[in-house]
Amino acid sequence: MMGIESMGPRLGLLVPEMILFAGAVLASVIGLSRSAGVRRSVPLWCIVALVAAAFVSVDTWTVERASAAQLLFPSMGSFVKPMLALMGVLLLLPSIGAIDRGVEGAIASGRQAFDALRVMRGEHYAFALFSIAGAMLLCGASDLIWLFLALELVSLPTYIMVALGRGSRKAQEAGVKYFFLGALSTALFLYGFALIYGSTGTLQLAGIRDSFAVQSAGAGIDMTGIAGLCLAVLGLCFKITAVPMHFYAPDVYEGSAVHVSAFLAFVPKVAGFVALTVLLGTAGWTGHALLAADGVRVAYTGLPEPVAAIMWMSAVLTMTLGNVGALMQRSIKRTLAYSSVSHSGYMMVGLIVGTPAGINALFFYLLCYGIMTTASFAALAALERSGEEIDSFDDIAGLRIRHPAIAWMLAISAVSLVGIPPMIGFFGKLALFMAAFESGQVALVVIAVLNSAVSAWYYLRLAIVPLVAPPSAHSASVVSAPSRWPAICAVVCGVGSVIVPVAASRLLQASEQASKGYGADPAVAGGEERPTDAAGLYTSRLTRP
Amino acid sequence: MAPSMGPHVTIWASILLPLAAAALIPFASARHAKWIAMAGSFLSLGAITMHAWHFPAWMTGAVVPEAQGPEWVSGLGITLSVGFDSVALLLALLTAFLMPLCIIGSFSAVQEREREYYAWFSVLAGAMLLAFAAKDAILFYIGYEFTLIPMTLLIAIYGGAERRPAAIKYFLYTFLGSLFMLAGLLYLAWQHREATGQWSFDIAALTTTAVRLPSSTQFWLFAALICGFAVKIPLFPVHTWLPLAHDQAPTGGSVILAGSMLKLGSYGVYRFAMPMAPAGGVELMVPMGILCLIAIVYASLICWVQQDAKKLVAYSSVAHLGLSMLGLFSLNPVGAEGSIFYWVNHGLSTGALFLCIGMFYERYHTKDMERLGGLARVMPVWACFMVFFVMASAGLPGLNGFVGEILCIGGTFIAEHDAQSGYPGVLGPSFAVVAGTGMILAAMYLLILLGKVVWGPLREPHDDHGEASGHPTQAHAKLPRDLNAREIGILAPLAVACLVLGLYPKPMLEAIAPCVEKTLAAYPAQVERVRAVETANGGRRDEGSEKVASDTSRPVTSGPPSWTAATKGTVTP
Repeated sequence: MMGIESMGPRLGLLVPEMILFAGAVLASVIGLSRSAGVRRSVPLWCIVALVAAAFVSVDTWTVERASAAQLLFPSMGSFVKPMLALMGVLLLLPSIGAIDRGVEGAIASGRQAFDALRVMRGEHYAFALFSIAGAMLLCGASDLIWLFLALELVSLPTYIMVALGRGSRKAQEAGVKYFFLGALSTALFLYGFALIYGSTGTLQLAGIRDSFAVQSAGAGIDMTGIAGLCLAVLGLCFKITAVPMHFYAPDVYEGSAVHVSAFLAFVPKVAGFVALTVLLGTAGWTGHALLAADGVRVAYTGLPEPVAAIMWMSAVLTMTLGNVGALMQRSIKRTLAYSSVSHSGYMMVGLIVGTPAGINALFFYLLCYGIMTTASFAALAALERSGEEIDSFDDIAGLRIRHPAIAWMLAISAVSLVGIPPMIGFFGKLALFMAAFESGQVALVVIAVLNSAVSAWYYLRLAIVPLVAPPSAHSASVVSAPSRWPAICAVVCGVGSVIVPVAASRLLQASEQASKGYGADPAVAGGEERPTDAAGLYTSRLTRP
Repeated sequence: MAPSMGPHVTIWASILLPLAAAALIPFASARHAKWIAMAGSFLSLGAITMHAWHFPAWMTGAVVPEAQGPEWVSGLGITLSVGFDSVALLLALLTAFLMPLCIIGSFSAVQEREREYYAWFSVLAGAMLLAFAAKDAILFYIGYEFTLIPMTLLIAIYGGAERRPAAIKYFLYTFLGSLFMLAGLLYLAWQHREATGQWSFDIAALTTTAVRLPSSTQFWLFAALICGFAVKIPLFPVHTWLPLAHDQAPTGGSVILAGSMLKLGSYGVYRFAMPMAPAGGVELMVPMGILCLIAIVYASLICWVQQDAKKLVAYSSVAHLGLSMLGLFSLNPVGAEGSIFYWVNHGLSTGALFLCIGMFYERYHTKDMERLGGLARVMPVWACFMVFFVMASAGLPGLNGFVGEILCIGGTFIAEHDAQSGYPGVLGPSFAVVAGTGMILAAMYLLILLGKVVWGPLREPHDDHGEASGHPTQAHAKLPRDLNAREIGILAPLAVACLVLGLYPKPMLEAIAPCVEKTLAAYPAQVERVRAVETANGGRRDEGSEKVASDTSRPVTSGPPSWTAATKGTVTP
C-alpha cells in the first residue's frame, strides 16, 4: 500500500535535505582542492546550502503534502527545519578558521606540501551538513525504520566530528566515549522499536498509533508495547542528554573542540526531542481523542503510566543533576555541558505536557536555548591562549578589559540562560511553565523553578567573572582567536537573545502551528471527509486496509 | 484613541527616556556619559511630572488609563499595558525624583568605568518605572526582575571591599524570591485561564479571578507572592542581604536601593498579594505581623550596636519597613495609608541619609563611627542637613517620618476584631505596643549616630586612606571641606520635600486613601469569616491563640472612625 503513490508528496518534503546532501558532497569534494582559496570557500558553500534549505523548507513543507505522507505531526517541519538550518549557519561560524588550522598554516608557510589525506575541512563540514539533514529527516518520519535511520544519520557524523575537531588526545577519547555510549543508546532504542513492532504488528507510526488506540480502549497497551516505548525513550534520552543517559555529556563536551561542543549541544538535542515527540505521539497525551479502526472515539488518559513515570523522573533528575553538577565545575565547558543537561530537563517538561501547548513550548524553547547556548560556546571559541582553547574561569577573569565584546556576550548569554527577563531565556521558560500549568503539572513547575534558582549561582559566575573580577595571571595571556567568525557568531547570538523577544509572538505562533498533531484542518488536508473532535486537535486519517 | 494617547505617551516617555540615554552612553565619551544620563533622568522626571499633573484619578483610586495596551506576546497573553493608580504614581514620582539626585550625587564619587555606571543607572531607572507603571503582571515582573542586573553590577563593580559577595548574595536572594512570586503569578494566570478560557496577565483581571479562588488556594497564593516581595522589602528573616548590599553599594546605588527598589517589594504586596488573596492573606496576617515586629525590634537593636554609619542606616531601613508593613497588615485604612505614606517618606529621608553618609565617606574614606566624630566643627552645613534628615527618619513631629509612623502604629492599635469600625483587623494593641518600642529605639540609635558623628570632639582619621576600599579615588582632593554647591543642591530638594510632607501631608494622604480602600475592600468580610470560624470552633484555632485571647479578654472597643476621619480628612464608609 505504501507504494509509489505516497512517494511523490514525500519527495517534495525532502527537498531541503537534498540540498544539504548536495552541499555536503560539494563540501567533501572541494575540501580536497589543491587551491587554498577553494578550500577556504567550503564553509561558504555550506552556509549557502543551509540558507537555501531554510528558504526551501518554508516553501515546500505544506500541510497537504505532510498529511498525504501520513505524518503524525504534519506541520512540524515548517518550524523545525528552518530553525535547524538557520541555527546550523550560526553553528558553522565558530568552526571557520579553526579546522585544519595547523595543517593550513604549515601549507601556507611552505613547511608542508598539500596532502589530501591530512586535511579534514571537507569532512567536517560535510558531516555537519549530514547531521543537520538527519535531524531534518526526522520531521518527515512516518515509520520506525525511517526514524531509526534518520537518528543514525544525526549521530554517526557527530562521532567523527568530535574526534576530528581537535588535534588532541582528549578529542580522540571523547570521540570513542561518545561512540560507544551512542552505540549503546542505539541498541536500546532499536530494541524498543522491535518490541513496539511486536506489540502492534506494524512499523508505520500512524498504524502504531491506531493500534495503541485500540489497545488502550481495551485493556490498555500491552506490556510488550510499554516495554518498547520505555526502552525507546531511554535510548533517546542519550540524544537529549537526559538522566540516566547524560553521563557522557561533560566528558564529551569538554574533550571536543568548542565549536563541535556547540554543535553537540544543539543538533542532536533537536533530533532527540523531535524523535521523542513523534514516538510519544503514537501513545498520545491527555485530552487527545483518537479514532480507532472501528470508528469508536477513544480519549487518551495520558501517556501510558510507566512511560509517563519514566519521563517525569527523568525530567526532574535531569534538571537537578544538571544544575547541581554545574555548580561543582571549574571548567567552563563542563559547566556549559551540565547547563545543557539541565535545560534538557526543562524541555522534557514540555514533552510530558504534550500537544499542543507543551510541544509548542518545547519547540520554542529549543530555539531560545539554541541561541543562548551557542552564544556562550561561540564566545569561548573566540578566545584562545597560544593556539589552545581556554577552559577555566581563571582564563576569563577580567575579560572585559581586553575583550569587552566577548565578555558582554558571555554575560548576556549567561543571564539569558538563567531566565532573567527581558532576555529570550525568560520567554522560553515562561511558555514552558505556562504549558505545564495548563496540564496541571504544578509539582514540575515548582521543581523547575527551584532549579532555576540553583542555576543562578553558576550562571552568575559566568557573568560576573568576566565583567567584574580583576584579571588573573591566567587571563592576561588570553588573546582573540585569529578568526573573527566565532566572535561574530557570539555577537549575533548574544544580541539575538536580547532582541528576539520582540518577535516572540511571531515565533510562538510558528511553533504553535508546528506542534499541531494528528492531521490538520480537514478542509486543508485534501477533500476527504475526516471526523474531528471538538477541540479540533485530531483528525483521523485511517488508511489501514 | 486620541484622548488615551496622552497618558500613554507620557508614561512610556518616562520609561524609555532613561533607557534611550543608556543606549546612547556607550557611543559617547566617558566625559559626556554623566550629562547624558542626567538629561535622560531629568526628561524622565519631566515626563512623569507632566503625567502626574494631568492625572485624573488622584481621588478615585482607579488605575488609569484603563484601556489595554497593544499585545506583545499574544500566544502567552502578554500585553504592553501601562497605567497608574495614585500610589503607583507617587512611587514612580519618588523614583524619578531620586534618580537625577543620585546621578548628580555620583559625579565625584565615580571616577572609573563611568560610562557603564551611568548607563546601568539609567537602565535601573527605566526598569523601576516600568515595574511601577505596569498593568500587566509579566510586564511588572520584567521591570521588577530586570532591576536586579543593573543593581548587581553597580554593587559588584563600584562597591566597597566586599562588593562581590555582597552583589552575589543580593542577586541570589532576590532572584530566588521572585521566582516564587513568578510561580504564584503563573499559577494564578492558569486559574484565570481555567475560568475564562484564555491566558491573560492583566492585573485587574487576575485579581478578579484570584478573589474567587477557595481560601486554601489563596493561602498558598499569598504565601508564594509574599515570598518574592518579602525578600525585596525586606522582611525578617530574609533581610540579611540588605545590610551587606547597602554597605558595599556605591552611594548612588544605596540611595536608589533604599529609596525606590525596596518599595518595589512593598508595592508588590499592596498591588498583588493583598488584593489578590484576601482569604489567604487574612490567615497569614498574624504571622506576618509578628515577623514585622521582630524586624522592628531586632533590627533596631542591631542598629544600636553598629559601628558603621552606613550599616546603621541600612538596618534602620529594615526596622522602618517592618513598621510600614505592619501598618499595611493591620488591614485598617489608617494603618495602610500611613504605610504607603511612609514608603515615600522613607525613600526621601533614608535616601538623603545615604547621600549624607556618602558625602563624608568621600572626604574621609571611612564610615566607622569610632574613628570619626564631631564633624559639625568642620562641616557645619553638612551637619545641618544630617541632623535634619536624622530627625525626619526618627519621626520628629513636623517632619515627614512622624506622619507615617504614627499612622502605622495607630492603625495597628485599632486593628482588632471589631465589626463596628468598618475595617476589623487581626492585629491589635499588643502589636502596636511592641512597634512603639521600635520608635523609641529608633530615636536612640539615630541620636547615638548623631552624637558620635556630628557632635562631640572632632576626630578625624589620621590617614585619609585608612579604610582602603579597594576602590581608590582622588575625588576627595577636589572636594572642599564642607559641602559644595552641587552637594547642597542635591540635599536641599530632599529637605524641602521632607518638610512639606511633614507639615502638610493631607493631599498625599487623600490621594492614597481611595487606593487603600480598594485594596482593603475584601478584608472586612474575610476577617468576619475567620472570626466566625473561630467562634464556631469554640474559640480555638491552632495559630490564632493570641487573637482569641484578645477577643475574649477585652471588651470590644467601639471603632474609632472619628479618628480615622479626622486624620485623613475623609469619611470612612
